[in-house]
Amino acid sequence: MNIIDIINVGLFAATLRMATPIALAALGGIFSERVGVVNIALEGMMLTSAFSGVAVSYYTGNPWLGVLAAVAAGGLLGLIHAVLTVTFKGNQIVSGTGINIFALGFTAYMSQIIWGSRGASSSVPSLKAISIPLLKDIPIIGDILGNQTPLVYLMLIATVLSQFVLFKTPIGLRIRAVGEHPAAADTAGISVVRVKYLGVIVSGMLAGLGGAFLSLGHLSIFTWGMTGGRGFIALAAMIFGRWMPLGAFSASIMFGFADALQMRLQSLGILPPQIILMLPYILTVIALAGVVRKATPPSDYKPYDKG
Amino acid sequence: MTQAVEMLGITKTFPGVVANDRLDFSAEKAEIHGLLGENGAGKTVLMSILYGLYRPDAGKILVDGEEVHMDSPATAIRHGIGMVHQHFMLVPSLTVAENIVLGNEVTRSRVILDAKRASEEVRAFSERYNLKVDPDAPVHALTVGAQQRVEIIKALYRGAEILILDEPTAILIPQEVEELMKAIRALKAQGKTVIFISHKLREVLSICDRITVLKKGRLVGTVKTGETSLPQLATMMVDRQVLETFDKKPVEGAGVVLRVEGVQVVNERGLPALKGIAFDVMASEILGIAGVEGNGQSELVEALTGLRRVKGGRIFLNQVDITAASPEQRIRLGVSHVPADRNKEGLVPDFSVMENLILGSQGEEPFAKRHMILDCGAASSYADGLIADYSISTPSKDTPVRNLSGGTQQRVVLARELSRHPKLIIAYQPTRGLDIGATEYVRGKLVEMRDNGCAVLLISADLDEIRALSDRIAVIFEGRIAAVRDPKETNEEELGLLMAGGKVD
Amino acid sequence: MTEGEEGIYRENRLPSRLIAKLRSGLLRMLPQVIAVVAAFLVGAVVLVATGYSPLDAYATMLTGAFGDVYGIGQTLTQATPIIFTALAFLFSMKSGLFNIGAEGQLIIGGFAAALVGISFDGLPALIHVPLALLAGALAGGAWGFIPAILKAKLGAHEVITTMMLSYVATYLTSYMVNYPFKAPGWVAQTVPLAPSAQLPRILPPTQLSASFIVALILAALTYFILQKTTFGYEVRASGLNPLAAENGGINVKRTMIIALFVSGAMAGLGGSGEVMGVHGRFIDGFSPGYGWDGLAVALVGGLHPVGVVIAAVLFGALRSGGMMMTRVTHVPLDIVIILQSLVVVFVAAPTLIRYLLRWREPKD
Repeated sequence: MNIIDIINVGLFAATLRMATPIALAALGGIFSERVGVVNIALEGMMLTSAFSGVAVSYYTGNPWLGVLAAVAAGGLLGLIHAVLTVTFKGNQIVSGTGINIFALGFTAYMSQIIWGSRGASSSVPSLKAISIPLLKDIPIIGDILGNQTPLVYLMLIATVLSQFVLFKTPIGLRIRAVGEHPAAADTAGISVVRVKYLGVIVSGMLAGLGGAFLSLGHLSIFTWGMTGGRGFIALAAMIFGRWMPLGAFSASIMFGFADALQMRLQSLGILPPQIILMLPYILTVIALAGVVRKATPPSDYKPYDKG
Repeated sequence: MTQAVEMLGITKTFPGVVANDRLDFSAEKAEIHGLLGENGAGKTVLMSILYGLYRPDAGKILVDGEEVHMDSPATAIRHGIGMVHQHFMLVPSLTVAENIVLGNEVTRSRVILDAKRASEEVRAFSERYNLKVDPDAPVHALTVGAQQRVEIIKALYRGAEILILDEPTAILIPQEVEELMKAIRALKAQGKTVIFISHKLREVLSICDRITVLKKGRLVGTVKTGETSLPQLATMMVDRQVLETFDKKPVEGAGVVLRVEGVQVVNERGLPALKGIAFDVMASEILGIAGVEGNGQSELVEALTGLRRVKGGRIFLNQVDITAASPEQRIRLGVSHVPADRNKEGLVPDFSVMENLILGSQGEEPFAKRHMILDCGAASSYADGLIADYSISTPSKDTPVRNLSGGTQQRVVLARELSRHPKLIIAYQPTRGLDIGATEYVRGKLVEMRDNGCAVLLISADLDEIRALSDRIAVIFEGRIAAVRDPKETNEEELGLLMAGGKVD
Repeated sequence: MTEGEEGIYRENRLPSRLIAKLRSGLLRMLPQVIAVVAAFLVGAVVLVATGYSPLDAYATMLTGAFGDVYGIGQTLTQATPIIFTALAFLFSMKSGLFNIGAEGQLIIGGFAAALVGISFDGLPALIHVPLALLAGALAGGAWGFIPAILKAKLGAHEVITTMMLSYVATYLTSYMVNYPFKAPGWVAQTVPLAPSAQLPRILPPTQLSASFIVALILAALTYFILQKTTFGYEVRASGLNPLAAENGGINVKRTMIIALFVSGAMAGLGGSGEVMGVHGRFIDGFSPGYGWDGLAVALVGGLHPVGVVIAAVLFGALRSGGMMMTRVTHVPLDIVIILQSLVVVFVAAPTLIRYLLRWREPKD
């Protein structure tokens, strides 16, 4: 076996795939933090959405309905987080942690109820990869980009769209103002509460899309705890990308590469699985350690009190 | 003629305090109307109600003769009311134009921001009212005076006919104040109504047509500027005469306590904040450092207290080199610090009075044995003593400090810092936000420490305070001492000039 | 004695001061109690919606947890590691940091204790036990120290780093116990610890071990450290207002680092207790999420060591009673996790509770 078995076009295609859930969740993180709400519940939102997508696909036979359900579930959890942190001014980290724990318990519980097993669901209809004509015939790029599940393309679109919305539209301007200086936005006649709710709910929906990818776009089942910390890695990607969609995307590619590499190494049996599984987490810690000094957050995250 | 705005019977209470008590207020069109009163008289609250930030408990508001239910700033803006706050409502990372159009964004096809058109519109306003700004500059890069101009344009851009300015000169140097006054007169000439909130008698007299005086939430009266005088206004504002000067015992033969030699320090952003600053403070002396905020004062305080690393130069306390000493060591050596923001820097709000009183000494005898176990009994009696000595009005020594009034909180800070028998006291804006009584108390204590041999470094943006208390005045500009003057041999104009970087003879 | 003196004397007598303290303590716990009740109510809704009877579920939980000596023993056994992780979270919170990696610190501590327990033979228990406990504490402490240093020197957010290290600990120990230290047989576990390194059972035939005593001692110690020592004062000041603490001469960064080390050490001690007292060896996956329980318990306990012990017993009851509940009513055990998360969510919204309590206050 030589290096070509490990580093090849397939690896890069896998990188894009593994980066997708992280990038989507990171986008979600950006929208929430840009309005001034820390959202560490990305993990729980992804997990609940992954589950919801599989459950709905199971009952309706239509994976796209499952995707819709996943997005809705994420949005719902986003709404709860918003209510707790914006309206009731609760501690954002505690609320996020509560949602994460809830997701673990709820998905396992419902898994047991529906499929009789808390560990894994049965196989459900999932999204098939699509081939984009013309694109897939371009050498190398075509192999990476031309043949992926729709959610991967959605992620790319969402990234570009988010960058555009944040910096070129009025709502993006308001989002940034609300997070950085809510009093200024308030006296400008903007409803700070409404914009914060919007940001957090969108955050949940994007995380939901990421969760949908994990269960429906990548596999076709739900397994216990399948997000595996990706919601937290997404936070690291967000910080690494300095709270900008394009930056977070680049960081997600890096983490996706680590993930893809880890899976490839595992399948080749070079090292014991557990050692390889550790790699993405260690990489995240190192990335955070290396970058954070120079990154300024877009908000002080204090709940806004009109007084 | 109908009043531009009328407020009738406005009452507003916050927990424990009646901010506005059945107030009546009105301003005419094309008038500059002053709203005068001490800190805490209720001026800002009243105008915040007019601007829809607070809802009054009682009373009504009429704009141009028509009653309006002022439930939000959006409503106020719709009725032509604009407000420039004491603390600017500008988003630092956005440009001037973006800040001005925020909430009212200029767009192409309603979805995309039209940055070019916004910039042009702002430029048009800037020229029409002669308020110089660069629409494409990010706000965090602007000077304070420029930011204020942005705030005014912002209000005008939204169609303000009535402009409320809240303590607009608090952060300006005398020269910038003149420019602002010119701009206000120009606004009046264009038919705008300006409401000028201030506690500075002289300014209000110089610019306003009429003046309404508030005291402790109640209306004292409204007078025409031409028919009143400084002493009359002063009496209306306060219950008793404001102590203008302190009698200081003259002192001779004192030694140098603090020596700062060529200190260089870098700020948060990595830019030089102190560029080789040098000065001495003697025992039994108050050295007042005057300057506009942002010329290195906070970095100087941090360098002296040990919270900021010194990149060059040295600091000596009684001939001991403390340049690299930790904050704890400096406290041991006799440095005390009365910080600018007592709630953020001086006190732990959730700690009790007692716990706050031993902050800084919690590892020392008699409060702790060998820096380990706390002796609550010793702390307790110490606290009792200080509460009595400094007349700290608190229900008990276990009351969390956040429940106390601002003046009482400052007494806790003073009690702690001064009773350590320090050699040097660093007082940074020690009377900010305090009422007359508390302010007098703090100033009296500083003079008392000075009389008893302490060296006092007073850093304040309040020029009156500096001139009243200091034995010598040093002006800080761009990280250096521009000049040192004897308060009896200088005046506000010269100091203002020095504070702005001008040279004198 | 004058009347005034007598009055003071009466006031300061121990019983009335104790009663006053108890009363204020109970009042302070009111929001948490309401949160627990609210959580159970919402949990009941979930149960009904999925076709179970909340009454049956909760009733069997109660009898399972406290019905007999065995139940009580199991409840306390389940509560024990949670006390450790809750204290760990509590201590980190007091210094202003969020240590959500207690799970990993517990696991790595357990493994370190196991290493000491299986590596030495012939040591007297008086030395072996403290040595193993120390190893566990140091390992957990190291696992808390790393995020602390990264935060202090580089500003890396401890929420993410502690979480990541938790995963690392899980996989690392899993590797250890599947390869180098694997005992013969199918199960991923080490060989049993030497008897001199094991903690005695204190309530046979239940699994309750001396680890429970250690937990109680640690709780008392935590209270003492926080309230009665200079270090505890500095920790609390750093957590409540770091700027004022710095101005008061406290080295906030150093305090936070030590606090997070202590926090990790507490969790590590909990892991050691489990390995040494309950299982007698290190088993892969021996923790069903004690770290998360600890977080919830710390919050329900109002971030006070006494509250923590009470709340831990409650959560231990949930777990042990839950096992009985699943056996009898077939309700999936995960309802326990749902209940815990609901408690956290309700505790996270203090204003919500206050809002519910005072809905009659006039609007602004």
